[in-house]
Amino acid sequence: MDMKVAKKKLGMKERYRALTRDLGWEPSYQSKDALFPYVKYEGIKVHDWDKWEDPFRLTMDAYWKYQAEKERKFYAIIDAHAQNNGHLNLTDARYLSALKIFLQAISPGEYAAHKGFSRAGREFPGVGTQVACQMQAIDEIRHAQTQIHAMSNYNRYYDGFHAFADARDRIWYTSVARSFFDDAMSAGPFEFMIAIGFSFEYVLTNLLFVPFMSGAAYNGDMATVTFGFSAQSDEARHMTLGLECIKFMLEQDPDNLPIVQAWIDKWFWRGFRVLGLVSTMMDYMLPKRVMSWREAWEIYGVENGGALFRDLARYGIRPPKGWDDAEKAIDHMSHQFMLGLYQWSFGTSLHSWIPPEEDMDWLSAKYPTTFDKYYRPRWEHIKKLKAAGTPFKNFGLARLCQCCQLPSVFTEPDDPTMACHRETVYKGEKYQFCSDGCKDIFEHEPEKYIQAWLPMPALFREFGGDVPAWMDWVSLRDGSDNGDYDGSRDQKHFNEWRNLATSNR
Amino acid sequence: MAVTALKEYIGVPRDSIEHFGGKQIVYASWDHHLLFASSLMMCLPIDMPFGEMVDGPLSALVAPDPDSAALDWKKVEWMKDNKPFTPDFSKSLAENRIGHKDQIRFHTPGLNSLLKVA
Repeated sequence: MDMKVAKKKLGMKERYRALTRDLGWEPSYQSKDALFPYVKYEGIKVHDWDKWEDPFRLTMDAYWKYQAEKERKFYAIIDAHAQNNGHLNLTDARYLSALKIFLQAISPGEYAAHKGFSRAGREFPGVGTQVACQMQAIDEIRHAQTQIHAMSNYNRYYDGFHAFADARDRIWYTSVARSFFDDAMSAGPFEFMIAIGFSFEYVLTNLLFVPFMSGAAYNGDMATVTFGFSAQSDEARHMTLGLECIKFMLEQDPDNLPIVQAWIDKWFWRGFRVLGLVSTMMDYMLPKRVMSWREAWEIYGVENGGALFRDLARYGIRPPKGWDDAEKAIDHMSHQFMLGLYQWSFGTSLHSWIPPEEDMDWLSAKYPTTFDKYYRPRWEHIKKLKAAGTPFKNFGLARLCQCCQLPSVFTEPDDPTMACHRETVYKGEKYQFCSDGCKDIFEHEPEKYIQAWLPMPALFREFGGDVPAWMDWVSLRDGSDNGDYDGSRDQKHFNEWRNLATSNR
Repeated sequence: MAVTALKEYIGVPRDSIEHFGGKQIVYASWDHHLLFASSLMMCLPIDMPFGEMVDGPLSALVAPDPDSAALDWKKVEWMKDNKPFTPDFSKSLAENRIGHKDQIRFHTPGLNSLLKVA
């Protein structure tokens, strides 16, 4: 007779082991090197993969449960937002430009990170690492999807949202983020972890997400705020993974230190360039501002970043090489980039504008040593050109940096009146850069960066300078997606609809 | 090795001159004139005389600056490769040794309406 034996439930610890470490095995008919061919060529030495700590001890079944719960909440709010004309609760439709930059440049980066972590999970031999990478890969694709869904409601009413994937691939102000992720994804698995897991998720993510999500909340964008809440708990896990990875490398072998330091130098600078977009969004594009870019840098860069590098000093890590140049750029970068966006706005799938007088006064107050001295006179002149009926359009397209791919809008670290000019010759070919940081990165691996697909030369290379043909190709609808916010369709529609919603007109 | 890779790896430069249909990219920058957010990119025939570039596309591009009316092209101080340079206005870009993706700079002391230079 069969006896019914009550099955003993696994304890938390055993369950974790069964669902992570127990999934690995020792290969018997293939060598480990053949199974994991990419784990040695970067020069990182690992002696014991079991030393990889997984601080969250999250197993896949629990992961699915948590994420499904978050998805249900998220989509309930997104539906309510759409059904209640949530888009009319915005402070002003100028805010949409910040969203468009985010959707065109950053959301596709989440998708790229998903691909990267899927690959890293396959290439690392340690099971703890594999499981952590797998979860982050799924997080990242979820973030890409939920961001796109959160913003898709605006696409029903406003311009510039309809072709974010084409903008990501082909337009010029998004290529700083695209090239950041392309660079990381074409690196080895350890460098990828420093690039995304450490530089992006740990050092820079607060500077990206906090202002963006607070900006959304301040400006009445419930859809994006909801996404922020849904992603927040994942971000905590990602930051921990990034930090764990860097400590693991440094503890495994002293020879890893110089390699890791060089990656920190490189990826800090590459990430800092991506933040050029964020600084402009914070200082210029939020109708109701959260804090200035300078103030955000003080909190999340100087204080938090400083604490992190003091913590890592015991491993021999020093702050990134470009740190001082970054500090010198803080009071300038948002102004320099917004002036660029405005004068090339015929080629942007978002609107920019001359800051109204009260915005300029706010900028003077937040940037007392730079705005009135260097930037206000330029805006005043641009205002004059517009009033005279000859609005400023700079048809001399920008010189792009061969490394970060941003237009070279930045000045010498110690002279804000002088544009920063750096160039080099490699195998007989001339290359231009925006800064010493970017030139150094190029010179370390020129064979990689000479292949850069630069969007501005592409207008001549692929279209012989035919701007309308280029606009078709980037899915930019001339006269509605681009140009000055003042007089745009977005401005007209938002004001009309808001009046309908709030008055009897 | 010029890139971290498993084996020897040779990249192909994407923007080499043969992709530009007989023309070349030339960058120009007016020192201390930052109304123009970046160096100006032009795509020009290799045999275009330097003077023609100055009087044509370059003059048109710098026109929005309030100092442009007072610009005397014969008096500006030129640089190429960030070093002093004396162009021959009647000779072509190629004869002036201005190559693909090179940058020329010009300096106009005393002209600085929008940006006070120390």
